Amino acid sequence: MLRLLSSSKSKPTSVSSCSTLYTYLTARESSIQLCNSTNSPARHPQITPNPFNPSGFPPNQSNFSKSVQSPNGFRFLHQFSHKSQFYTHQISVNQVFLCGLSLKWRNVGKFNGNGIEFLRFGGLRSFCSESDRESMNYDVVIVGAGPAGLSAAIRLKQLCREKDVDLSVCVVEKGPEVGSHILSGNVFEPRALDELLPQWKQEGAPIDVPVSSDKFWLLTKGRAISLPSPFDNRGNYVISLSQFVRWLGEKAEELGVEIYPGFAASEILYDANDKVIGVATNDMGIAKDGRITLLGEGCRGSLSEKIMKKYNLREKVQGQHQTYALGIKEVWEIDASKHEPGFVLHTLGWPLDNKTYGGSFLYHMKDRQVSVGLVVALNYHNPFLNPYEEFQKLKHHPAIKPLLEGATVLQYGARTLNEGGFQSIPDPVFPGGAIIGCSAGFLNVPKIKGTHTAMKSGMLAAEAAFDVLHEGLNMETYWNNLKNSWIWEELYRARNYRPAFEYGLFPGLALSALEHYVVKGRFPLTLKHGKPDNEATEEAHSYSPIQYPKPDGIVSFDVPTSLYRSNTNHEHDQPAHLRLRDHNIPEHVNLPKYVADDDGRLKLQINAQNCLHCKACDIKDPKQNIEWTVPEGGGGPGYSVM
Amino acid sequence: MKIMVAIKRVVDYAVKIRVKPDKTGVETTNVKMSMNPFCEIALEEAIRVRESGRAAEVIIVSMGPQQCVDTLRTGLAMGADRGIHVETRETLFPLSVAKLLKALIDVEKPELLIMGKQAIDDDFNQTGQMVAGLLNWPQGTFASKVVLDKEKQAVTVDREVDGGLETLCLDLPAVITTDLRLNQPRYATLPNIMKAKSKVIKKYTPDELSVQIKSDLEIVQVTEPPKRKAGVLVSSVDELIDKLKNEARVV
Repeated sequence: MLRLLSSSKSKPTSVSSCSTLYTYLTARESSIQLCNSTNSPARHPQITPNPFNPSGFPPNQSNFSKSVQSPNGFRFLHQFSHKSQFYTHQISVNQVFLCGLSLKWRNVGKFNGNGIEFLRFGGLRSFCSESDRESMNYDVVIVGAGPAGLSAAIRLKQLCREKDVDLSVCVVEKGPEVGSHILSGNVFEPRALDELLPQWKQEGAPIDVPVSSDKFWLLTKGRAISLPSPFDNRGNYVISLSQFVRWLGEKAEELGVEIYPGFAASEILYDANDKVIGVATNDMGIAKDGRITLLGEGCRGSLSEKIMKKYNLREKVQGQHQTYALGIKEVWEIDASKHEPGFVLHTLGWPLDNKTYGGSFLYHMKDRQVSVGLVVALNYHNPFLNPYEEFQKLKHHPAIKPLLEGATVLQYGARTLNEGGFQSIPDPVFPGGAIIGCSAGFLNVPKIKGTHTAMKSGMLAAEAAFDVLHEGLNMETYWNNLKNSWIWEELYRARNYRPAFEYGLFPGLALSALEHYVVKGRFPLTLKHGKPDNEATEEAHSYSPIQYPKPDGIVSFDVPTSLYRSNTNHEHDQPAHLRLRDHNIPEHVNLPKYVADDDGRLKLQINAQNCLHCKACDIKDPKQNIEWTVPEGGGGPGYSVM
Repeated sequence: MKIMVAIKRVVDYAVKIRVKPDKTGVETTNVKMSMNPFCEIALEEAIRVRESGRAAEVIIVSMGPQQCVDTLRTGLAMGADRGIHVETRETLFPLSVAKLLKALIDVEKPELLIMGKQAIDDDFNQTGQMVAGLLNWPQGTFASKVVLDKEKQAVTVDREVDGGLETLCLDLPAVITTDLRLNQPRYATLPNIMKAKSKVIKKYTPDELSVQIKSDLEIVQVTEPPKRKAGVLVSSVDELIDKLKNEARVV
C-alpha cells in the first residue's frame, strides 16, 4: 500500500563480535567445500556446535540432509567481509530461537535481508528439516510464470520435441498459483499465440469473447464526447489474463515444464566470472542453477532492475529511462440486461487533468463480468494526486455509474505497466541469460497491449536459448532476432504517441492524430521522454490538496474494502519487504516537500502485508529510496479473473 | 506401524467465497483450492510420529475428483510415504467418506487413523467420529496433544473440550481428529516437491471398495448470511429503552 507506510525494521546493531563470527564461518565454509567435492548430498545429521548457543540444544534431527554445496562456495567467502553487519543483526535473533540453528549458519550466505529464515523461526512454521541451501540444476531457469515466461518455456519444449533433444526447464513463480499475480485489462491480440499454439481454440484456451464494439470517449465532469476510435481491435478478444496464463501454465506442464508457484526468486547467483548461473529462491535458500536464466518478472521486476543496473543494459544501447503508469482495476459482475460481451470502451480526460496522462478502460467479458479500470501515468506532477481515489471518482461519471449500480465487485487489483516503448528498450541480453516481457518493456502504448509482444519476446528468447544450449551459439541472437521481428517494427511505429503527451492533453491528442492518420510512424525524429517519473513530482507548495469524495459503498469503496477483494495475504512474521535505503529521508526530506501541512505528528508506516506487488512505490519515490524486494513466495494478491 | 491420514481438498482459506447465482452451492470453479488446514495439522502429526521412530509408514488418503491428486502430491511433499486416491465425481457426505475409509482400513490395516476435526468448507465435524463408530475403534477428537506409547500399544490424547482439557488414553487401533493447537505444519520445500513426484499414488473407485455412495442429505439451498445492518446511534437512555421495548422487543 502506498499511502500507509511504516518502517518496522530495526537497524543492524554494532559490529563487535563480527570478527569471531567471520572466522568461524570461513572455517566451516572451507570444510563444507571439502566434504562436498563429490558433489552428492551427504546424508548425515549435522550436529555442529553453535558458538552462540553453547548450552547446545540439540538441533532437531528430523529428516535433513546436508545439501549439495552450490558452486558459489567461493562467493560466500568473498562476500562475508562486505556484509558483516547483517550477521550481527541476525545473531541477536538467533539466540532466541533454537531448533536447527547450527544448520542455519549455512544460510548466512544469503544476504539482502534474507535473514527472513532466522526471523521466521519463531513464527508460524517449523523449518527443522530442510534448511541447507540446496541447489537444483536445470538447463533453463525462468523467473516468472507470466505470458512471457510461459511462452518461453513452451517454445523451448516445442523445440526440444522438434529436434529430439531433452532440456530441463523450470519456471519459478512468486504467486501462490500460476496467474494469481497477473493483472491486465485485457484486450488480447492473438498474433503471438497463433505462432506459439496455433490450435489454441481447439485446446480450450479461455479466449472466447471477440471484440464486438470499440468506443473512445473524451470525458468531462458531466459528459462523454465520442471520438473516432484510434484502435483497430478487429480480430482481438476480451479476456482475463490471469485465466489465460493459468491455461498456458497447464499447457506448459503438459509439455514437461516444471512450474513451481509459491517460490519467489530473490537473488541472482553469479559465478567467479560475474556470469549469471541461476537464481536463489527465498524459501530455505534453494538455489536453482541454470545454464540459461530468463527473467520474466513483469514491469519493474526486482531482479531485472538489478541486472540492468549491474550490466548497464540501458546505457549500452543508448536507451532512455523507462516510464511507467499505474493501472488500477476491478472486475464487476453486472446485470445481464446491461451486459454486452465484447464491448470495449476507452476514455480520456476526466477525472485526470490536462497535464496528467492517463485514461480508463471498460471491457465486457463473459459470464456477466466487466473489467473497469484507470491507468494513470506515473510522471504526474501533483503530489496530492491519488490514483486510487481518481479511479473511485471515475466510477461516478454519469456515463459509467449506471452500469455499475446494483452490481457486485468480484476482484480488485493494481499493477504498474511500461510506457517507455521503443525509446526505453534496454539490451535484454546479459551474461548467462536474458530479460523477457515487460521486465524489458515491450508494451505498445497507443494500442495499450503488451501481452502479445511479451509472449513473442519469450518465444524469441527461447529460440536463442535453445541455440545456445544445443549448438553453442550466443545469446546475442535473441537481441538480433528481436530487432528483426514484428515487435521491433510495431514498437517503432508506435514510438512517438506517448512522448507527444509531454506537451499536454490536447497537443498530445493532436500530435497523435497526426501520427495515426498521416505520418504512420514514418516521422524522421524520435521524440524523447521527459523527466524520469520519480523526478516529476513537484513540491506541495505549488499545489493545493485535492478533496476526494467519500466512498459511497455502492460504486466507490475505501481502500481496506478493495484490498480485501484482492485476496492479498502475506505471512505475517516476515520482515517488511519494502526496504528503505535511508531511513531518514521519508520524514526529514520528503515530508516537508510533498505534504501540505505537517504538525510534526506524521510518521512513516509501511504495512507490507497489504502489498499488491504493483511496484509503484519503487518507481515513484522521489529519492528512489524504497527498494521493492520480493517477499516470501506464496504471498501477495490472489487474482483469479483479473 | 502404519498411520493413515485422511485429507480433503477444499477451497483455500484465504479465498473470498461467493455463493453461486443459482444458490446451489459455493462458487468453486477457478478458485484456489488447497489442503484443509486441519488435515495439514493431522499430516504433520503423523509425520512427526514417524520421524520419532514410532511408526514406519504414513499413508495419505483423499477422495474426490481427479484434482485431488494435486493435494495428495502436496501431502507427499510434506513427507508422507504414499498416497491413495478414491476417485469419484459425486458429492461426498461424511457417512460415505466414513464407509470408504472403513473399506480402505480393512485393506491397509493401519493402527492409527488421524484426520482433521472438520473441513473448512462444510464444517461437518462428523467423519472421524463416524469412522470410529463403524470400526468400533476408540476415538480421541479435538486433539491438542498426542503421545504415542508403542510398547503399551496405546495413545494418550489431550482433548480440547468446552470445559477445558480432557486427557484420554486410547488403545490402538484408534481414531484421532486434530484441533488447531496440536502443531504447526511444515512447508513443503522445493526439493521435497520434486521427490514427491515419484512417490506412488494408488487409485481406487468406490465400486472396487464395495461401497455404495448414497446420501441421506440433500442440499436444498445455500445463501449468504444477511448483511449486517448499520448500528443506530441513540441520543438518550429513554430513547434506548423505548427502542428496546418497542422495536427490538427484547425488554
